[in-house]
Amino acid sequence: MKIVVCIKQVVTREWQLRVNDQKTWIRDQDASFELNEPDAYALEEALRLKEKHGGEVIVCSAGPARAAQVIREALARGADRAIHVESDALASADAVSIAQSLAGAIRDEQVDLVLTGLQSDDQGFGQVGVVLAETLGMPHATIIMEVQAGEASGVRVKRELEGGWFQWVTLPLPALLTIQSGINQLRYATLKGIMAAKKKEIRKVTPAQAPAPSQRISRLYFPEKARKTQMIGGGAAEAAKDLVRRLREDARAL
Amino acid sequence: MILVVAEHRDGALNRASLETIAAAQHAGGPLKIVVLGSGMETVVGQLAAADAAEILIVDDPALEPYTADGFVLALEQVIRAENPERVFLPHTYQTRDFAPALAARVQRPLVTDCIAVRDGGYARPVFQGKLHADVAVDGPHLATFQIGAFRADAMKSGASPAPARKAAIAIDASRIRQKPEAPFKEARQAVDLSQAERIVAVGRGIKSQEHLAIAQQLAQAMGAELAASRPICDAGWLPMDRQIGSSGQTVAPKLYVALGISGAIQHLVGMKGARTIVAINKDAEAPIFEVADYGIAGDLFEVVPAMIAELHKSTA
Repeated sequence: MKIVVCIKQVVTREWQLRVNDQKTWIRDQDASFELNEPDAYALEEALRLKEKHGGEVIVCSAGPARAAQVIREALARGADRAIHVESDALASADAVSIAQSLAGAIRDEQVDLVLTGLQSDDQGFGQVGVVLAETLGMPHATIIMEVQAGEASGVRVKRELEGGWFQWVTLPLPALLTIQSGINQLRYATLKGIMAAKKKEIRKVTPAQAPAPSQRISRLYFPEKARKTQMIGGGAAEAAKDLVRRLREDARAL
Repeated sequence: MILVVAEHRDGALNRASLETIAAAQHAGGPLKIVVLGSGMETVVGQLAAADAAEILIVDDPALEPYTADGFVLALEQVIRAENPERVFLPHTYQTRDFAPALAARVQRPLVTDCIAVRDGGYARPVFQGKLHADVAVDGPHLATFQIGAFRADAMKSGASPAPARKAAIAIDASRIRQKPEAPFKEARQAVDLSQAERIVAVGRGIKSQEHLAIAQQLAQAMGAELAASRPICDAGWLPMDRQIGSSGQTVAPKLYVALGISGAIQHLVGMKGARTIVAINKDAEAPIFEVADYGIAGDLFEVVPAMIAELHKSTA
């Protein structure tokens, strides 16, 4: 089973966000970056499918040169090789541009499955996987909590619906799945994996001339506080005492 | 013209559809509503109450049950025939499954998870809601609206029922590649948090499974149930049936204490109905403070033990 996993490099959750002077993107020159967490679950699922059914896991990332960090991380966790569609413009690109860049790199690979995370922790479009499926002409299913491969009819997957409901769906291969966080328990790279990753192939691809983006951020800002939260200051002990008093006397919640 | 795609399940419209109609009415201009499925009399009746120019019905057995391919095939034809300037959809799991493919098929941009209509564009949360972005979009497009961004009771009703019309489209069922089975619920949930009077919920800020003990002690001291945001259950630190949010339980207790929870929208939709909300988080900019009545921007590992001590002291 040949599986491509699409991964994105995003700023770490701990990094204190700052907006650039044009107010169109973050000031990420001095940011720290990590593998988009939902994509980590997609990678883990691909590695588990390979362990069970054999085959190859290829990671593919569309992003600037610095995205090599998360590509190496994925190779260290066990992916066999990588494709890096490299362009600075992809760091803040819209979903269609990213999907087209990925499609160009994946199209000739003759894969059985393409896995992506549900959405990215930065722009959070939740679109790239589904647009990629449409671009590649593959059927897709989203928000997947279990994958059963190796069946003659294709791949049988468990979709998460809302309100605690689930549904099994069968798709013919090749197919694209967007993976829900929590589908599996993540593994981390071992020292052996990190050493092995150094010898693995990272093929660099230049994206085709992308069409002008159809949507763009005109202003990026910190949201205004809508509700009057009573912020309780002071030292921990003092704040705790004050909070308990207010919960008892004002809110009558205790 | 704005075309709203309404969503229904088990013969009833969902609330998110009414919110999306309210969003379209707020945006202004002529409004049509399309509904897809098979045998939808009740749903069409509900929709006709809305102040809209027309209800379009796409009734085809190939659309029941839902599949992404079926909905894309149907709506592609509706969009080509009606040529709306904008298509509005609720940002539900179902929409997220087909709308990006539909947008790509008709080659129109899709702006997802919008919270406001602004200057012809939209506002949407980015970076997990820590920042908001105003998005400009060119030409005819599609937009999805976050649950709760508009109020369902803000939907304007018409003076008389909106006329309904069957859309003349044909769906080639052999082009539907997804083969769905019947939806089901997992084995009965062991814990029904919706009945809890008080809830102490933990998020990523708890840092490790061992630290759950102090949250448990606080819950005990308050007479509360312990719950969590999604990442904690994903990590296996607490069972999935203690998860609050769009993929877990929805609760409205008397008191909700959020420890180290940043407040992603998926979590907020599950708990913002609580009567009193307390947030303790070291990041003063965390979105959870948007919905909190009382907030402490501080280290939960200092504040929580102090709260436990205070609670024991005054009950002693």
